[in-house]
Amino acid sequence: MAKKDKLWTLSPAPESQDHIQIRDAYGVFISGNFTKPGKDRFYSINPATEKKLSSITQASQKQIDSAVKAARKAYNSTWSKMAATERAKYLFRIARMIQERAREFAVIESLDGGKPIRESRDIDVPLAAAHFFYHAGWADKLKYAFPTKDPKPIGVVGQIIPWNFPLLMAAWKLAPALACGNTVVLKPAETTSLTALKLAELLQDAELPEGVVNIVTGDGQVGEAIVSHPDIDKIAFTGSTEVGKLIRKSTAGTGKRLTLELGGKAANIIFDDASIDQAVEGIVNGIYFNQGHVCCAGSRLFVQENVAKEVIKKLEQRIETLIVGDPLDKNTDVGAINSKSQLGTIREYVDGAKKEGLEFFESSSKLPSKGYWCKPTLFKDVAQSSRISREEIFGPVLAVQTFRTINEVIDKANNTPYGLSAGVWTDKGSKIFNLTSQMKAGVVWANTFNKFDPTSPFGGYKESGFGREGGLHGLSAYIKF
Amino acid sequence: MVTKKKRIDQTGIEERCARFRTRSIKSLAKREGLNLILSMIDLTTLEGKDTPAKIRQLCYKAQHLHDAQPDLPTVAAVCVYPTFVPLAKDLLKNTEIKVASVATAFPSGQSSLAVKKLECQEVIGAGADEVDMVISRGKFLSGDYNYVYDEIAEIKNICGKARLKVILETGELGDLEAVALASRIAIEAGADFIKTSTGKIKPAATMEVTLVMLEVIKDWYLETGKMVGMKPAGGISNSKLALHYLIMLKETLGDSWLTNEWFRFGASSLANDVLKQILKQETGSYQSGNYFSID
Repeated sequence: MAKKDKLWTLSPAPESQDHIQIRDAYGVFISGNFTKPGKDRFYSINPATEKKLSSITQASQKQIDSAVKAARKAYNSTWSKMAATERAKYLFRIARMIQERAREFAVIESLDGGKPIRESRDIDVPLAAAHFFYHAGWADKLKYAFPTKDPKPIGVVGQIIPWNFPLLMAAWKLAPALACGNTVVLKPAETTSLTALKLAELLQDAELPEGVVNIVTGDGQVGEAIVSHPDIDKIAFTGSTEVGKLIRKSTAGTGKRLTLELGGKAANIIFDDASIDQAVEGIVNGIYFNQGHVCCAGSRLFVQENVAKEVIKKLEQRIETLIVGDPLDKNTDVGAINSKSQLGTIREYVDGAKKEGLEFFESSSKLPSKGYWCKPTLFKDVAQSSRISREEIFGPVLAVQTFRTINEVIDKANNTPYGLSAGVWTDKGSKIFNLTSQMKAGVVWANTFNKFDPTSPFGGYKESGFGREGGLHGLSAYIKF
Repeated sequence: MVTKKKRIDQTGIEERCARFRTRSIKSLAKREGLNLILSMIDLTTLEGKDTPAKIRQLCYKAQHLHDAQPDLPTVAAVCVYPTFVPLAKDLLKNTEIKVASVATAFPSGQSSLAVKKLECQEVIGAGADEVDMVISRGKFLSGDYNYVYDEIAEIKNICGKARLKVILETGELGDLEAVALASRIAIEAGADFIKTSTGKIKPAATMEVTLVMLEVIKDWYLETGKMVGMKPAGGISNSKLALHYLIMLKETLGDSWLTNEWFRFGASSLANDVLKQILKQETGSYQSGNYFSID
């Protein structure tokens, strides 16, 4: 028999970057035009190489004022007055153009944010287009969505989005707001502004009326200025619970409407009667998808004690097959951590748990010398009281706990300030319904995880926020009666 | 017979297979993978019209896949009907190529155990290195698992040193949980390899069915430390699909299984497509099918 003399491993399969265009410096996007790049700028960094990609303008108070002014003008003069069927045409056009430029968006998203090209190509960008398609369909049917009521747009909306799904979150926010007839001032996250700015170019090419969407870049100060701006009618925020609380305080009593999509610490629950191999796959996708930078990540694994050994062994084997490295390689499963500061946060949790003596397993893959990286990691026999099972880490770190009975696991799963998502793995339908009806979580997946669709509402309980995005429920966040 | 019931989620299996198919296999990895595939092929002819001349041609092809290209491996084995075992054995006597024979009333398996045992004894007596048996699907589907188990165990006894491949004929079993159960029974009864199909029933091998069987092999390995081989057969006729099978094998069972000792492709037309791809890599362009012999 022929013996193999060396291991068969995949060769590099990098996605080409020749076709993308990134400017050296970007201004902010107001009233359909980019301003000149400002004096006060910061760099957008490729987290996989630490190389500078472009320099981004820190929007000034004056620019934020004129963005809001432009949005107000567009709202009063065109967008809210336009026939809904016409608004729908613009949204359909934007959706189609995202599809046409999918490859460029995907490559820039991976360059700027560190996520694997497989994910930006197969998930982020197609879903972003899907959100525009879906909401385009609603634009002229809102009266059917809210029968017996008279739905009207709210006005000017301030939208602040996070760095984990930059283009997708922009689409989640923009599509329903625009479909319902609102105009927008949008702020992308400081570390990942590029795809939002590319989207601004696309909106120009789509000939969206000027001022309907304005994009201001910068750090938390810009966000603060949007939140406290007197001429903004509604704030929609996706990000950390900490900042969400500040926004809640700041908008209280101002009459501004508010929706918050915040952090999470999802429980992923495996019973002994589950399809174990498929559950293991779901757990891996639940926590290591997008390096764990996912608010609904299944970061707490509850496994029934009598199958714990098998599940953990299989999890470890699967972690070893994950390819960690160059986000632009088509075979990469786990890319770079989004920023140096996020890596610091993750390290602190991981080092702390190791110091406590928790047993752990981490991928043995070699990490590149440059860039921000974290190996997929799991901690075993974690207690409910442990910091890594209570706080959101937002990285590729899984806390594994065991349980004995269904009541015990429901209590433990709900015993968290968060309530965004959960997962349950069992072959038994009645168990699924029993458990899902008792979980305090906005989304509960059964025998799958991290499935997203524009028709399905997404949002949290408790400190994971309020308001829903997507589906019929998501529309009501951008409508008044 | 102690058999563990394994639950399978079909949707999850399909998603996992789709993920294997997103793997991009380029340059050196592709070349090495293609060579590996050639070395794992059981070159097969199982037809009513097989003749000694046909077997001679097949055995020649097994040793000379494409002489224009040096350094190619040979296939792992040729797979023939029992009457041709002595001839094939003789033709391949100075090579490392194994002779495999189907036995046990292939392909239906509808015969008495006595007849099946006799057939197996004959091919072993004629020097077959490997026996590809079929399970009694009728017995399996009527719930007589003990019969299926005992039959495999008896045939295994006769095989002695020859390696036993157990064909489940997954296209007749109904669903993936039945495939898992049949795999488990075969392994517990002593199978050295489990194999998807006879090639006579559609669907034959699919990635989904193969993944389930690999997972059963993994469970067995985790429980006992013993390796069992896998042979998808029928329906794998192009290189890209075969490469994705290798990815599936590597990511499910690990590198130890990436040899023809533990993995085989049962195929008649796969070899030429692999050769075509190898020549494409060597020369930069696809060659006409006429340059590849069709034995």
